Amino acid sequence: MRRSEKDVEKSSGIITRRAIVLGGLQLSMMGALGLRLRHMQVEEADEYRLLAEENRINVRLLAPQRGLIFDRNGRPVAQNDQNYRVVIVREDAGDVEAVLTRLTGLIELTPEEIERTLREVGRRSAFVPVTVKDQMPWEDLARVAINAPALPGVRPEVGQTRNYPLGQDFAHVVGYVGPVSDYDLSKMEDPDPLMQIPKFQIGKSGVEARMEEVLRGKAGNSQIEVNAVGRVMRELSRTEGASGRNLQLTIDAGVQNFTQARLDGESSGVVVVDCTNGDIIAAVSSPSFDPNLFVRGISVADYKSLTGNKYRPLASKTVQGTYPPGSTFKMVVALAALEAGVITPEGTEWCPGYLAAGGRRFHCWKSGGHGHVNLNGAIQQSCDVYFYEIAQKVGIDRVAAMAQRLGLGTRFDLPLSAISEGIAPDKDWKRRSYGQDWLVGDTLNASIGQGYVLASPLQLAVMTARIASGNAVMPRLIKTIDGVEQPVSAEPMGISPRHLRAVQTGMDSVSNTTRGTGYRSRVVDDAMRIAGKSGTSQVRNITKAERARGVTRNDQLPWERRDHALFVAYGPVPSPRYAVAVIVEHGGGGSSVAAPIARDVLLSAMTGGMPPLDAYPSSQRDGIAARFEAMPMHEQFRPKDGKSRA
Amino acid sequence: MSYLEYAIKTVPSGIRKVLYLNWPLVFLLTAISSVGFLMLYSVAGGSPQPWMEPQMERFGLGMVAMFAAAMVPIWFWRNISFVAYAVSLLLLIAVEIMGEIGMGAQRWIDLGFFQLQPSELMKIALVMVLAAYYDWLDVEKVSRPLWMLPPLLLILVPTALVLKQPDLGTAILLLAGGGFIMWLAGVHWAYFLAVIASGVSLVYAVMASRGTDWQLIKDYQFRRIDTFLDPTSDPLGAGYHITQATIALGSGGWTGRGFMQGTQSRLNFLPEKHTDFIFTTLAEEFGFVGASSLLGLYALVLVFCYISAMANRDRFSSLLILGIAATFFLFFSVNMAMVMGMAPVVGVPLPLVSYGGSAMMVLLGAFGLVQSAHVHRPR
Repeated sequence: MRRSEKDVEKSSGIITRRAIVLGGLQLSMMGALGLRLRHMQVEEADEYRLLAEENRINVRLLAPQRGLIFDRNGRPVAQNDQNYRVVIVREDAGDVEAVLTRLTGLIELTPEEIERTLREVGRRSAFVPVTVKDQMPWEDLARVAINAPALPGVRPEVGQTRNYPLGQDFAHVVGYVGPVSDYDLSKMEDPDPLMQIPKFQIGKSGVEARMEEVLRGKAGNSQIEVNAVGRVMRELSRTEGASGRNLQLTIDAGVQNFTQARLDGESSGVVVVDCTNGDIIAAVSSPSFDPNLFVRGISVADYKSLTGNKYRPLASKTVQGTYPPGSTFKMVVALAALEAGVITPEGTEWCPGYLAAGGRRFHCWKSGGHGHVNLNGAIQQSCDVYFYEIAQKVGIDRVAAMAQRLGLGTRFDLPLSAISEGIAPDKDWKRRSYGQDWLVGDTLNASIGQGYVLASPLQLAVMTARIASGNAVMPRLIKTIDGVEQPVSAEPMGISPRHLRAVQTGMDSVSNTTRGTGYRSRVVDDAMRIAGKSGTSQVRNITKAERARGVTRNDQLPWERRDHALFVAYGPVPSPRYAVAVIVEHGGGGSSVAAPIARDVLLSAMTGGMPPLDAYPSSQRDGIAARFEAMPMHEQFRPKDGKSRA
Repeated sequence: MSYLEYAIKTVPSGIRKVLYLNWPLVFLLTAISSVGFLMLYSVAGGSPQPWMEPQMERFGLGMVAMFAAAMVPIWFWRNISFVAYAVSLLLLIAVEIMGEIGMGAQRWIDLGFFQLQPSELMKIALVMVLAAYYDWLDVEKVSRPLWMLPPLLLILVPTALVLKQPDLGTAILLLAGGGFIMWLAGVHWAYFLAVIASGVSLVYAVMASRGTDWQLIKDYQFRRIDTFLDPTSDPLGAGYHITQATIALGSGGWTGRGFMQGTQSRLNFLPEKHTDFIFTTLAEEFGFVGASSLLGLYALVLVFCYISAMANRDRFSSLLILGIAATFFLFFSVNMAMVMGMAPVVGVPLPLVSYGGSAMMVLLGAFGLVQSAHVHRPR
């Protein structure tokens, strides 16, 4: 059958019409494709190109070496140790379990370590190295390296960990580092990209924390090209970072170690300041702890034993702890009165053993009274009534102002953790703090360093240095940063030298006259003679009930309620160089407990190590030699002949 | 019907047929395939292995097949249309059974020298059989419901089979390709309207079936739809392919990063970079200029097909040419829409460019039929 011409015409007519519609449809689809292409490739090209770069280039941070910390003589206090570790890469190892079993034959691996490694390996991509063991001895690492051919995928690596070679001596000053936590990050406004490195170590307390930016250094980075699964294809560029800057402390590690050993776990704080420039020569809080424990990650048991200890080893008693300064505050009152012109050094007050004020009796520590005392005698024998009298004359506001001038009630800007401001109270302060008016009794309590007055050992040491030098020395802890000397400040205070000398003479009498409260702790070598002032601050009064039970003496009380023992001193008297403040928490009497420590520490500062025995009164030398021998000092700071330098 | 209806005397014979080939089409197909060689060389990191050389061999084989098919008179092809369709259908059923009896979800039959995908064969066989059917059918009867049943069955049976593999891309191609021929044959437009309406309802039903016992498509296909609708929802999981593809494509800019400079494909960010997603590499390396040029080449192929079809007074030839052109159009437009994030990722290669033997051979063979229709057109 042959198709008619008409049929053919009709058929091709339909096809043509339909084809035109279909062609139009296809054309518009292609138009849409072209427009979409144009939109993506021309209009949004920049955006996509950016995404492509992000895809491709991965920046890997290179951790800088943390700055080192030295003492004033260049002895290392904080350093970076090589940390040897072994890592395993799954794709090179093949059978990870078999390789680990072989590795167990070479180094000690606990089942937990193996299990943890296997878990980690299973979770990560095949080419990511997983740490098998950390903090290995070098010998183990060497063994692994030698056997490398039998251990596919196992790689020895070297990292760095912080180490504090002097252990507990600098725990409160230098502090310690630890891995950055979410809490740390939340506190940072603009976290350094380095914080993204897992377990990156940052300073957690002390100088390590406060000088973090200086010590940390700058991250280097390595730009690497990665593919879709994160495998490194090649390194595109590498920028080396900058190591952290090295710090030199003003502290003398020898004096620090001697002091720590001298305190021997007694709950106490000692600060030694250079009178000429404010350098902190020693700042010791006892008992202490080993900061290296924190770097490695402290065990729960260790941490509990630190927090549970009633002597509070974690607290920094030198700057954080504040105590009623007791009689060591009397120099402040004396200078305030002298400068105000309400007394003269020669003028006397009458001490009958008490002063009646505000309807009650304020006792002198000597119940019989001191009779007529002038300034020198009042300081020498620590007569309370003399200071009650002159404090009333000068008024609390001028006492507080003098306290501020001498460094009390001031927060020194040092790179240490938790520095307390202390309290140098005045009328305004009481109104602000308690909403109450200042009473006469408050003045009397404050005049003997009780009541509202609170000071830290650092503040007392600075006070003593300022009294000894007449200059407003500012404490300094960082001597140099990368060898650049940091500024010191010791402007004259503008207190009349005559008045200063009167107070200094009083302190000299304390230590060097037979009736002085510090006479037992004198130095007989005139070139190293010291002058001081004792203080015994009450934590609370002995109650009537206790008195009834026959408790009258301090050492019959439980430890927490005994008096704090304080002593401040400077030396050598002819040209003062070092000032010290000692506080022994609940130690008892300042003259009996704190003064011997102050003497030993000052002598150590003056000689830069062990105090010379012949500086002590001859009757005390044997006992002191035996004590020094028994002290837990670092060997490096003991004289080579095993004896004290004489 | 027989070839006697043609005026055979006017048809070129013997070797002279070569002169009457649609040569512009031959050049266009070669140019497009060459773009493919270039890109396969590039994605292999500047190496003819493992993709470019085998692709060139298949192109050579395909060209031979095309010329061979072109030499055979078009009425022969028309007469074996139903046989070709039946064989393709049997092969489709065969791979289905092989899958059932535990050889895995295979989509191909190993012929030794090459793996034949029956679904590829079916794309052309369906066009042939439908063209033959409407050539045979009286024009007046085209829109009668009874006469619409055979073509619908011819379309839906293989569609259902490939959908079961599951090969969503081929299913769409078969369905749409078949629909196009029915449209060209003159089926009343109201039917198409009804089909589109019910299609929309079906999509709605499929989406509504999600999570129920009678879920109509597989979970991974649902996820593909999800990521099509919002590729950013799962950038490292299901949306990864399309996100990376659009990044590569978009970063090409006007003129691209240069030959072999495409970082995305080079660094393996791109999945299937040598097959379904090869267009992104082209777009990244040659930019808008390169990508739209390829689109232009494809468009020219269609143009020459349309010209040839319109000039051909033989109903079978016209329908065949336009049907093959429509299938070709569906191939590249679905693929491009897919990699540009305009359509779901359904697994349709870029014709003549993507690496893959079956598609290349079958397409060139199909253009052999176009050539045959062109050469043996009534004059």
